Amino acid sequence: MVIFDKPKALLDVPLHYCPGCTHGIIHRLVAEVIDELEIEGKTVGIAPVGCAVMAYDYFSCDMIEAAHGRAPAVATGVKRANPENIVFTYQGDGDLASIGTAEIVHAAARNENITVIFVNNAIYGMTGGQMAPTSLVGQVTQTSPYGRDPKLCGYPVKICEMLSPLEGPEYLERVAVNSVVNVRRAKKAIKKAFENQLNNKGFSLVEVISSCPTNWGMTPQNALKWIDDNMIPYYPLGVYKDRSENAEV
Amino acid sequence: MIKLTFRTDFCKGCGLCVDVCPKKILRIAPDTINKKGHHPAEITEMDKCIGCASCATMCPDCIIKIEKE
Amino acid sequence: MSEKVLMKGNEAIAEAAIIAGCRHYFGYPITPQTEIAAYMAKRMPKIGGTFLQAESEIAAINMVYGASAAGMRVMTSSSSPGISLKSEGISYIAGSDLPAVIVNAQRGGPGLGGIQPSQSDYFQATRGGGHGDYHMIVLTPASVQEMAELTIKAFDLADKYRMPVMILADGTIGQMMEPVSFDFKLNDAPEKPWATTGTKMQREHNVVNSLFLKPADLEVENMKRFERYEIVKENEPMYEEYMTEDADIVLAAFGIAARVCKNAIKKARREGIKVGLIRPITVWPFPTKPFEKIAETCKAIISVELSMGQLIEDVRLASGGKVPVTLCNRVGGMIPEPEEILEEIHKIANGGK
Repeated sequence: MVIFDKPKALLDVPLHYCPGCTHGIIHRLVAEVIDELEIEGKTVGIAPVGCAVMAYDYFSCDMIEAAHGRAPAVATGVKRANPENIVFTYQGDGDLASIGTAEIVHAAARNENITVIFVNNAIYGMTGGQMAPTSLVGQVTQTSPYGRDPKLCGYPVKICEMLSPLEGPEYLERVAVNSVVNVRRAKKAIKKAFENQLNNKGFSLVEVISSCPTNWGMTPQNALKWIDDNMIPYYPLGVYKDRSENAEV
Repeated sequence: MIKLTFRTDFCKGCGLCVDVCPKKILRIAPDTINKKGHHPAEITEMDKCIGCASCATMCPDCIIKIEKE
Repeated sequence: MSEKVLMKGNEAIAEAAIIAGCRHYFGYPITPQTEIAAYMAKRMPKIGGTFLQAESEIAAINMVYGASAAGMRVMTSSSSPGISLKSEGISYIAGSDLPAVIVNAQRGGPGLGGIQPSQSDYFQATRGGGHGDYHMIVLTPASVQEMAELTIKAFDLADKYRMPVMILADGTIGQMMEPVSFDFKLNDAPEKPWATTGTKMQREHNVVNSLFLKPADLEVENMKRFERYEIVKENEPMYEEYMTEDADIVLAAFGIAARVCKNAIKKARREGIKVGLIRPITVWPFPTKPFEKIAETCKAIISVELSMGQLIEDVRLASGGKVPVTLCNRVGGMIPEPEEILEEIHKIANGGK
């Protein structure tokens, strides 16, 4: 009996991510949920610009590559065209929380019936480690070489907190993938975000705190610890909005 | 009886599986190099595996398959 | 609907789009094209379609990208500053070989410019507008009837060649009311096996994408696209010739400028000056043949346009330097009077004095 294997919704190709990058875990969780809900045949995924730009090569469902930050608008077009499709976006922090803020805010405000997987690793990975809107105060990056100075470039953007006062969104939760327990919680949240769409409940966003060992300049193991020590204190995990019955927020 | 198999050529040797194993029976193979040029993960004592799937849960590259016989 | 109805040009575009099977419209308000959005907002909910006012022109064009990828006939409309914002998305649509119809009711620029009619987005429209090597098919209506006809054609061409098609109109034709007939012969949209509608577990996944990181692959994509453009250039140029048979002086103009030209031509003919007009209806692909031909027999060409001289470059290229090509223009939202064009005709007829 197979206890664990690669989900079918992931194609059998190697991922291009750096060793220890947790994008791979998040890809797998999304694919596991697609398998479990048996929705691969009607799912359309929207890939971002950033490290996950080639996600269209990894998921076995239909895929569209969006321009930087525009995935929620593209997803809106797809969902409005074919409401029977299950539509998800997979976006990083530069994509969603910087250049794509208008698109994500208004998709949430419209309660667009889509699922958003927001990967927050506090850095621009693909372009080689520049400061992200979510980079922490003091975090050293290529474009904040003396550490992020809030006097110069403000404070990191908290997307779940920012979207939660809107009437629109159905469900907002922040999870992390830096431990076995957290990965299992993340899976539960992602599953709920897809189920909400299946039940026509509307906009669901799961923010996943992820690691970038390469650009953080640490081992994969230390990167997971850095999430515990630095990311989660600033970006507390939990449900920020849930309109479903019996929801605990 | 638990059986672990690795898609060795997909492994990047990050070692996240090694760290998380409660039985400490995984390691990064010191003398093997895969197609990608990484030292891949391997299991040293299969009979001690409890099938908790912690390794597979943390593997970013989906290389671990776990079966129970 | 075979009898004629009195309609604004912008409304004619919207109604024609619906007749062509467009059920998804995404837009953002901007003068002078907002009637299209207003019409769609009223009609779409009644016919099971989608009207969505996006948060920006950028979002609107990306919604178009998504709905087109999903296999739908889809449209957006805007005016000059908004088209600049949409240009990113248009480049992605072209680079992903998706059909889409984009209306530009041009206003004066650059920058915020003004809200009065203009033709100064000619370069932007005919040269692509966004980044990278690509073209749109660009149609230039000169009447409310043509607003409708060319909209129907735009959807057919977009689907046939899997590329964006722009209706390059202007504020005047958008706002003017004329009788229009919607009695069209319609073509069904072709099958779209490439659309991302879900695999239904019956095929490999479809990917809509413009990213090709291997230079050799990207080159092949570009070359293939331009082979298709060659077919478009061969098959699709459209133009109208007006009194050119014996013309010594030929006016070149499209859209609203061409209508003023016709009045000027009538006046000139009454004075015995043989003047004609070549009116490109597609400005990409540009109808080069009539200009090549007329350059053999006429004495001069005057490019009449609402810009600082954009159309004139294509006219010069097409006429191959065989005759002098001069410019007669007004800009900033100003439209030339027939007399101003007549004055230019006199100047040329009198040997440029």
